[in-house]
Amino acid sequence: MGTKDIIDTLAGIEPGSALDAIRGRRVQARENAQTSYLSLFEPIDASDFSLVERAAVAFFVIGLHRELTVAAFYRAKLAAAADGARLVEAVEVEIARGETSGPYGAFPAGPLSVENKAGLIYRVSAERGPDLGARLVAAFEHAHLLVFRPRDAASSDMKALLAAGWSNTGIVTFSQLVAFLSFQVRVVSGLRTLAAANA
Amino acid sequence: MSPASTVNPPVVFTQDELGWVSWIDPLPEAELTERHFAGLVDRARAKSEYFRLLVRDPEVLEARTKTDKDIFYNIADGLPRAERELAAAATSRYNGCIYCASVHARFASTYSKRRDDVQRLLDEGVGADLGERWNAVVKASVALAATPVAFGPDNVDELRRAGLDDAEIVDVINGASFFNWANRLMLSLGEPSK
Repeated sequence: MGTKDIIDTLAGIEPGSALDAIRGRRVQARENAQTSYLSLFEPIDASDFSLVERAAVAFFVIGLHRELTVAAFYRAKLAAAADGARLVEAVEVEIARGETSGPYGAFPAGPLSVENKAGLIYRVSAERGPDLGARLVAAFEHAHLLVFRPRDAASSDMKALLAAGWSNTGIVTFSQLVAFLSFQVRVVSGLRTLAAANA
Repeated sequence: MSPASTVNPPVVFTQDELGWVSWIDPLPEAELTERHFAGLVDRARAKSEYFRLLVRDPEVLEARTKTDKDIFYNIADGLPRAERELAAAATSRYNGCIYCASVHARFASTYSKRRDDVQRLLDEGVGADLGERWNAVVKASVALAATPVAFGPDNVDELRRAGLDDAEIVDVINGASFFNWANRLMLSLGEPSK
């Protein structure tokens, strides 16, 4: 392939390189990882999850992963989004407050309970709440759960999002966005590590 | 919402077939349009509650499904299917997705014919000793599942010592990374049921 997609750009993969050729053996996966990205960040319908909300959640999620190149990309996306620049500082503060290591959380009560691991139950700070608004406060708190302790998820988390004004469809797209980014950042990190091992 | 009384959640990892019940409303089958069927990719998926939920965003579901299929089913070259499924099962075991682990442990067993070893991964967890090659795949998958990502040059060395070339290592990276996508949807939008 002659052109770089978003994963190439973030992982530093150049056309004609060995990793470019390896990615070229999975053309459908490569093209659809790109289509996933575009469907999430340039959707045909953003009425259930606005573009600025998508950019804010993305910067928060990637910031929590501490992948600096990828985080800088999504920070810039938020800063460039309509009504996004005013949120950048608040999101940065919340990233710093939310940083921890995962996965942790509880298994269903039973033999697996011995593997339960306690950790941070993140809540947006009271000071940043008014800047972010009720929808993003609920989204950040659930995104933190999805990033670090997805096995803690419960039906009550869906009720919290619905109560904060998220629709069923908005919840699906929001969950896809966080889950997709969890994939994208790992592919980028993994390919970078492999490229460095060959350097 | 489905009535809670019909849900019988498993409390251990298993290779048995499980159901999955959504916590929010999937689209009713009768409301699916051609746009939704395009998102489902396989029309038969209209019978699945999980896919009728995700099809609320058809474009994202379609791209996700096609990414998934190429990472796991394109076996013209690269890592054998059994080991791609092992990466998916190990990731799911580590993140705690009992449903995803059940599906991909079954696939790993089918393609490897090493059902007992797969069961030990489920029973003992990601520290189970499964031999050099499988241990390297499991360890790499676990390192990729950590947040922040912990996959490093040691994982690459270990995979190479176990006989994987770079294209096969990319299949491990893709397969394990993809399950960090799948696990988060399955764990957070509903629950498994026996």
